Amino acid sequence: MHRTALTLAAALLLGSAHAQDKVTLTVAAFPSLDSAIKAIIPAWNKLHPNVTIKLQAQEFADHHNAMTTALATGQGLPDVMAIEIGYVSKFAEGRGLEDLNQAPYSAAQYKKLFTPFTIGQATSADKRFIAMPTDIGPGTFFYRKDILDKAGVNPASMTGSWEGFIAAGKTIKAKTGASLINTAASINNVIIRTNLKKGEGIYFDDKNNLLVGPDNARFVRAFTLSKQVRDAGLDAKIGEWSNEWYDAFKKGTVATQFSGAWLQGALQNWMAPDTKGLWRVQNLPEKGFASWGGSFYAIPSRAANKQWAWEFIKFMTLNQTSQITAFKDNGAFPALLTAQKDKAFSEAVPFLGGQKARILWRDAAARTQPIDVNRYDSVAEQIVQTELTNVLEQGKDVKQALADARAQIARRAR
Amino acid sequence: MSDRFSPSRPARPRWSYARAQQRLAPYLFTSPFFILFLVFSLFPLGFSLFLAFHLWNPLDGLGNWRFVGWENFALALGARDQFWVALKNTVWIGLLSGVPQHLVALPLAFVIHQFLRRWQTGVSTVLFLPYITNAVAITIVFGMLYSENLGLLNYLLAQLGLGPVRWLAVPELVPYSVGAVVFWRYVGWNVILYLSGLQAISEDVYEAATVDGASAWQKFWFITLPLLRPMMFYAFTLTIVGNMQLFEEPFIMVGQGGGSGGAGLTSAMHIFNTAFRDLDMGYASAMSWLLFLAIFALSMVNNYLFSRDGGREP
Repeated sequence: MHRTALTLAAALLLGSAHAQDKVTLTVAAFPSLDSAIKAIIPAWNKLHPNVTIKLQAQEFADHHNAMTTALATGQGLPDVMAIEIGYVSKFAEGRGLEDLNQAPYSAAQYKKLFTPFTIGQATSADKRFIAMPTDIGPGTFFYRKDILDKAGVNPASMTGSWEGFIAAGKTIKAKTGASLINTAASINNVIIRTNLKKGEGIYFDDKNNLLVGPDNARFVRAFTLSKQVRDAGLDAKIGEWSNEWYDAFKKGTVATQFSGAWLQGALQNWMAPDTKGLWRVQNLPEKGFASWGGSFYAIPSRAANKQWAWEFIKFMTLNQTSQITAFKDNGAFPALLTAQKDKAFSEAVPFLGGQKARILWRDAAARTQPIDVNRYDSVAEQIVQTELTNVLEQGKDVKQALADARAQIARRAR
Repeated sequence: MSDRFSPSRPARPRWSYARAQQRLAPYLFTSPFFILFLVFSLFPLGFSLFLAFHLWNPLDGLGNWRFVGWENFALALGARDQFWVALKNTVWIGLLSGVPQHLVALPLAFVIHQFLRRWQTGVSTVLFLPYITNAVAITIVFGMLYSENLGLLNYLLAQLGLGPVRWLAVPELVPYSVGAVVFWRYVGWNVILYLSGLQAISEDVYEAATVDGASAWQKFWFITLPLLRPMMFYAFTLTIVGNMQLFEEPFIMVGQGGGSGGAGLTSAMHIFNTAFRDLDMGYASAMSWLLFLAIFALSMVNNYLFSRDGGREP
């Protein structure tokens, strides 16, 4: 008996000693980040042949639901967890991820290497830094040059002011029949997230005060202008990520679109490849700069291989070659500033008619202000969207809708 | 241990494998059910009841919850809470799909039973197909039918010089559009239920009625309907329970938020969103229990209506 136990213990010891030589690192991610990881793995393997990357890729929502459950129970956690921008603030407020400010990570030294606003997105209210940014989505304004030319509209007139944007929309509609935008709600989405005052988030400020309401000029303007667009019949009333949306891009029935820079890759690869050369980009109206997408990597506190996880994250986020590989693989805009200086960024983009759009996006990213995030953002967003639909579809009074939204959010944000 | 060596008691036979096997076997054989029941039913039930009285963000990890008493329930029951909006939507979509389901399924089953006996198997199979078809496939197909610019429905309307109708975009229309899918999906299931109920009714009764000169309508009204009561009660109960928990169809058709104006947001979707999007497990659990109470109450009303007239059993 004793001998067996001893042999067993010896075998276990040997086994664990062995495991230090050969490590399997689990990385959980979602599309199209998984594609970037696959593209970078060969370079990693060359550097660390003993550390095998096991990629667990799930669909976007499934991935984040699975990570939420894993963090809640502490079970089934990967070593490296990819997090999309829409979830990063929620995950930051939770307790299950390593604070990268602390040793042995001491990530504070790396913060200045990234596009500044991303740091704030990955920082919790109590200043824990829970994830390293890997890509960003500079908000931008796509327009169909051919449609604007046909209508005789100067694109600069559309970005000076929202009033100019709507006036141009009327001309476009009259001269070409094309809609100004897919849905009037897009106007709201841009206005509420641009030109924020210092210390303001979209829905809450940094002192947890609720900003939504009939007295907030930003929301009143966002709702009012959205309604103007709807009332003037300028929007196509099409939701994003729908068949109608793709169809509108293919047929050119909608003249403009607000989105992240990444939309160019999607348009070019699958949404509307035939519209190559017809699109151009500008900054958002009224010198608005907004973050529109982005991804991060975090380490769960109960991960098995934190040391290697950190090495891997550094390799993905701080290594210029990795960042450029991801960019070339699926257009993931690097969060790393030095990667943004790569010569690929000053090249013309054929899909955008040879425009040097990446310089514009790089500049927009540098000018984007960090937005304060709140754990009740998703509650507020849902309620604001519902009230906006009431305004657009049922003619509900703007101030009343905002007062109702305020009351509902206040009840839920406890 | 103590009684085994206790001198005051008669000595027990020593442990024997055969004896233990005989004693334990039944428990062992039934244990899979009890283990599964414990893990997947009893524990979640208890845990959700526990959570209903706590404020818990799952990302804070197990244990990091705060007792809040009845606050979650008060929040849900407060005037103008989304819980009420979602419950109203659920009941409305449930009525729009559920009532026609039975109004169509019952006569249809009767017609099949009376006049289409030879094709009964084939007809039932066809009617049953939607029930076993994947909900995602169904909603994609209906999404194409309802599509504003590209959809078949609007194409047909356009031929008549009408439309286009924004089936899934106008808040008032959403319950009808979603309800139609639910109706289509479950009407066959109810036909099968009623068919099996009809088959259980003895031919003698019908023959006797025929001898008495009863018309087909009279047979339906005075024989079929009363004798089908138990099956109707069963089918109604299933519809109530199923429709009150409606999730898949609206979730895929109008999206997580319930689509335009949240008109397609059902209670189950609202609970799901609260738990997994807003990460407010306590409020979500409290709403689950309130939804359970609502379903329970409706089932009781159903039970009461069917057991009136002295609870006459056929």
